[in-house]
Amino acid sequence: MNIVEKILARASGKSSVAPDDVVFADVDKVMMHDVSGPGVLKVFDKLKKQGIAVDKLFDPTKVWVAEDHFVPSADKLSAENIVKLSNFTKNYGIEKHFKYGMGQYGICHTLSHEQAMVMPGDVYVGGDSHTNTTGALGAFAVGLGHTDIAYVLLNGNIWFKVPETYYFKLNGKLPDHVMAKDLILKIIGEIGNDGGAYRTMQFGGSGIDDMSVESRLTLCNMTTEAGAKNGIVEPDQKVVDYLSAKGATNLNLVNGDADAEYSKIFEFESSEMEPMIAKPFSPDNTCVVGEAPSVELDKSYIGSCTGAKYEDLEAAAKVLKGRKVKIRTEVLPAAISIYQRAMENGLLKIFLDAGVTVGPPTCGACCGAHMGVLAKDEICISTTNRNFPGRMGHVESQTYLSSPMVAAASAVTGKITDPRDLK
Amino acid sequence: MEPFQNVKSIVTPLDKVNVDTDQIIPKQFLKLVQKSGFGKFLFFNWRYDENENMKSDFILNDPKYDGSKILVAGDNFGCGSSREHAVWALDDYGFSVIISSSFADIFFSNCFKNGILPISLESEIIQKLLQETNVVEVDLENQIIKTPSESISFTINSHKKKILLEGLDDIAQTFQYVDEISEFEKKSTVPSVL
Repeated sequence: MNIVEKILARASGKSSVAPDDVVFADVDKVMMHDVSGPGVLKVFDKLKKQGIAVDKLFDPTKVWVAEDHFVPSADKLSAENIVKLSNFTKNYGIEKHFKYGMGQYGICHTLSHEQAMVMPGDVYVGGDSHTNTTGALGAFAVGLGHTDIAYVLLNGNIWFKVPETYYFKLNGKLPDHVMAKDLILKIIGEIGNDGGAYRTMQFGGSGIDDMSVESRLTLCNMTTEAGAKNGIVEPDQKVVDYLSAKGATNLNLVNGDADAEYSKIFEFESSEMEPMIAKPFSPDNTCVVGEAPSVELDKSYIGSCTGAKYEDLEAAAKVLKGRKVKIRTEVLPAAISIYQRAMENGLLKIFLDAGVTVGPPTCGACCGAHMGVLAKDEICISTTNRNFPGRMGHVESQTYLSSPMVAAASAVTGKITDPRDLK
Repeated sequence: MEPFQNVKSIVTPLDKVNVDTDQIIPKQFLKLVQKSGFGKFLFFNWRYDENENMKSDFILNDPKYDGSKILVAGDNFGCGSSREHAVWALDDYGFSVIISSSFADIFFSNCFKNGILPISLESEIIQKLLQETNVVEVDLENQIIKTPSESISFTINSHKKKILLEGLDDIAQTFQYVDEISEFEKKSTVPSVL
């Protein structure tokens, strides 16, 4: 069995499973945020009206809650949703509620690894499509809708059809100035935005051995943009070190068997990758930066669960050091822990000296909710994950997706720029 | 959830591929948590201009399609965010059947939780249905779409068919077996949550 099959077999109490089997899997961790949480409450209200008891969760210690999409509260409605969410966690005894303005908080997918909320081998479900991110720790991490999350909260399990696995063998270390974001844009460009639909996208090979845990998180995060059920990387010593440094103990690594089967194997020469972008209006509309259209950018946005981890900020700072931005540029670290390291290690100074505004950790403009949305006809280069029409603001605005290095280099010139071309 | 009844209606042809959930219901409406009312925001950016006046060139604003319960669209419908609000908006607007050549995973699953039937058909059939101007009937029991000129059969997982026909979502369905579950839990040494 491969890693996903082994995790699902363990979680459903079976000795083995195969693609297309339907299994009832015990869930190890459940996450909801300030959009899916209120949605789940709505489902609970509906159930209550049907006479179904919703007064107890299966295990409040396995549930955690993040405030990220609409914090700091953008308006009265979002403020009220935070109150509702807080009452919910209080009433149901959920202790892990990461509150904006109180110590550690940040984007839910970033907290999943920064706060070591999810462990290798876990079945982890979240009320958000980018839950896939955390598969980089070796977990089966899957996004669900509100009704499914409500079901898991009450019952502690849910059924899955065991997905087929597409294995992406990555050969060699990424060149300088090329990041995991470039690689995953390349992959999505090749397989299309439904190329991984209903399937697991597993990453392996020497390209993964050489890659940091944070870069692997970027790969798995963007599997959502290929329609994948989940993304996953087999956990190795790097994952153990990463989680141990955050206080995790007793890790049970699950790895695929030597004779694991995959429905398809793709090979990518990661050592030959170039900086990439995805043009409007789809993450699979990709090209190398060298072939990017010559557009006048209005904004550069370095944020989100995809592109504002510590390593992402460090890469952007490397480009911005000693330079000035030519267009308005925002950096929103993805969690307070990252913000703090960026401060301690001098990255914030580099950003401020370059003329960049540093904002609080939040999903911010990535989903177009607030904190710097785009006006009509404005063009943005962004380290986020989606560039559908209107995603980051006005429906006639445009977003180009890129790595943090390309976004930083483009901030300096005002045009889409390969970081290797900066003088 | 109401049991799914046969649907007789003209089809609304939305000839677009990769209709993502940001287009189905934009982010500014995700803050709303009341039970209904999402329908008026469905395809908001396509239906309304900046001054929130209806755009006459968008298909849903053509009075010809008022009351249509069947939406036909291109490949990869419902991609993007997991927001269940997308299904709530389609449902509240009045659609109970969505037909496409393929669906995004989470969206597909969310449909069944809310009594909406997603039907996946070959692209050539989708092209024909996009041109269909007559009333068609969707018969879930017999898994047939009847147009005046032909009967198109479709496949559906038998479990999912049952939950739609009986109007059960997964949770309600589990609670049908609450007595058996309680009985089992009594015998179990593992602490019960029910």
